[in-house]
Amino acid sequence: MTIVAAPDTSVASRATPPPAKRRLRWQRALSPVLILVVWEVASRAGLIAEDKLPAPSTVLRTGWRLARDGTLGDHLLDSLTRAAIGLLIGGVLALVLGSVAGLLRAGDDAIDPPVQMARMLPHLALVPLLIIWVGIGESMKITLVALGVFFPLYFNTYAGIRDIDERLVEAARTCGLGTWQRIRHVILPGALPSLFLGLRLAIGAAWLSLVVGEQTNTQNGIGFLMMEAREFSQTDVVVLGLFVYAGLGLLSDLLLRILERRALAWRRGLQAT
Amino acid sequence: MAPRPAGDLVVRARNVRRAFGPTTVLDGVDLDVAPGEVVALLGGSGSGKSTLLRILAGLDPAASGDFTVPSRNAVVFQEHRLLPWKRVLDNVGLGVSDRSRCTDALAEVGLADRARAWPIELSGGQAQRVAFARALARQPSVLLLDEPFGALDALTRLRMQELFGRLRARHGFAALLVTHDVDEALLLADRALVLDRGVIAADLPVELAHPRAPDAPGFGNLRRRLLELLGVPVP
Repeated sequence: MTIVAAPDTSVASRATPPPAKRRLRWQRALSPVLILVVWEVASRAGLIAEDKLPAPSTVLRTGWRLARDGTLGDHLLDSLTRAAIGLLIGGVLALVLGSVAGLLRAGDDAIDPPVQMARMLPHLALVPLLIIWVGIGESMKITLVALGVFFPLYFNTYAGIRDIDERLVEAARTCGLGTWQRIRHVILPGALPSLFLGLRLAIGAAWLSLVVGEQTNTQNGIGFLMMEAREFSQTDVVVLGLFVYAGLGLLSDLLLRILERRALAWRRGLQAT
Repeated sequence: MAPRPAGDLVVRARNVRRAFGPTTVLDGVDLDVAPGEVVALLGGSGSGKSTLLRILAGLDPAASGDFTVPSRNAVVFQEHRLLPWKRVLDNVGLGVSDRSRCTDALAEVGLADRARAWPIELSGGQAQRVAFARALARQPSVLLLDEPFGALDALTRLRMQELFGRLRARHGFAALLVTHDVDEALLLADRALVLDRGVIAADLPVELAHPRAPDAPGFGNLRRRLLELLGVPVP
C-alpha cells in the first residue's frame, strides 16, 4: 500500500494533478505485458523449443480446453479448499497464540520461546515427519498449509500488539476504558496494519505449502495436474499450473489490498474522505 | 496556604513518594486543589512534576502515599494522544456514552466542522484542541494537564491559553497544570507551586485580576519571584 502523507489542510493545494498517479499504475502493467509479448514472439520464431516452454497463447488455449471440460475447475476447487481449511486452522491458532503472547507476560514466557525455536526449521522439511504422523492423505496437505500460515501470522500478531504506542493505551485508560475496551478500541485497531501484513505473508506461505504438498501422493489439485502432465511431457499443462498459482497469488493479494484500504482508511487521511 | 478541611478539596495528596531505582524523585509531596481552583505546578527539568501528575492520574502504580482524586477527572498530555484510527468525534467520545456531550465539547473548542476528520489531518493546535474536547466531554471536576501547550508554537500556545481561560470560566473545573513556563502559570493559575528536590518548595498565590496579561501591574513582580524560586534569578 502506498501511504501518502496528508498535506496540511490550510496549504492543501487543489492543483495537485491526480493523473500522475494513474499513469504510474498503468506503467506498472507495461513490463509484464512486454515480457509476454517477447516470449510469444520468441516461441513463434522458433527461438524457444515448444517442448521446453510453450508459447503463452498455447498455454492459454490449453487452459481454455481444460476449463471447458471442467478439469481445471475441479482441481482448482480442491486446491482452494485445502488452502482455505489450512489457512483457517493455522490462522486461528496464530491469532490466539499471538494475542496471548502479545498481551500477557505469562503468555509471552510460555508461548514465545518454543515458537521462536520452531521458526528456525523450514516447515517444508517437516514433510517426512508429517507423513509418519498424519499419513500421506488430505490431512498432511492441510497440516502443511496450516504450518506455513501459522508462523508469519503469529509473529505479526505478536509484533503488532507489542508495537502499539504505550502512550495511547495510557490515554485510553485516563478516559476510563477497562481492559476489554482498551483491547477493542486501542490494541485491536492498532495491531490491524500488522495483522494485514501477516495475513499477506501467510497467504503466500499457504500457496507455497500447497505446491509442495500437492506434489506427493495426490489425486487432485493443481499440483497433481502439473505432476501428471510432467509424466506425459505436457509442458503446456505444467506451465498452465504455474500460471494458475501465480494468478491465485495475485488475486488474493489484490483482495487483501482492497480490504486493507477499507479497514485502514485512517492512514490515508485526506484521501479517504 | 491556610489548612482546609479535607472535604473541601478535589485533589488531596499527602506524603507522595516515588523513586526510580536509587533516585528519589518525589520525597513526600503534599498537595491540595480546591474546587474550581487552577494550580500551576512548576519545577526545573527532572524535578518530578510530570511524575506527580501521572501518579495523581492513576498511571503510576509504583508510587506510595495517600491521595484522593475524583473519579471524574480528565488528563491532557503534552502530545494529543488521539487514536489515529478513530475519527475526531469518536476520539472525543472515548469512554463517554452521551454523544451530544461530545458534539458540544467539540463545538466549544471550535472544531465542530472537523468531527468526521481523521487525527492525521489535523494541525498540531487542532489536535490539541480535540484532546481538550475529549477531556471536557467527560465533564471533569478536575483537569490534570501535563504541559498541554508545551509542544505548540508560540502563537498557537497563546490562543490555547486564551481558550483554556474561557473554558474554565464557563465550566468552573479545577485544574492542576504542570508547566515549565512561568508566564503561562501566571496567566492561568490561581496558585503556583514550585517543586524542588522532591517536595513542594514554595506555594505562591497569584492574585491578579482576570483577564491577565504579561504587561499588567504586579505581573512582573510575581514573575521575578517565581523565577527566583526556580533558581533563575533575573537581574
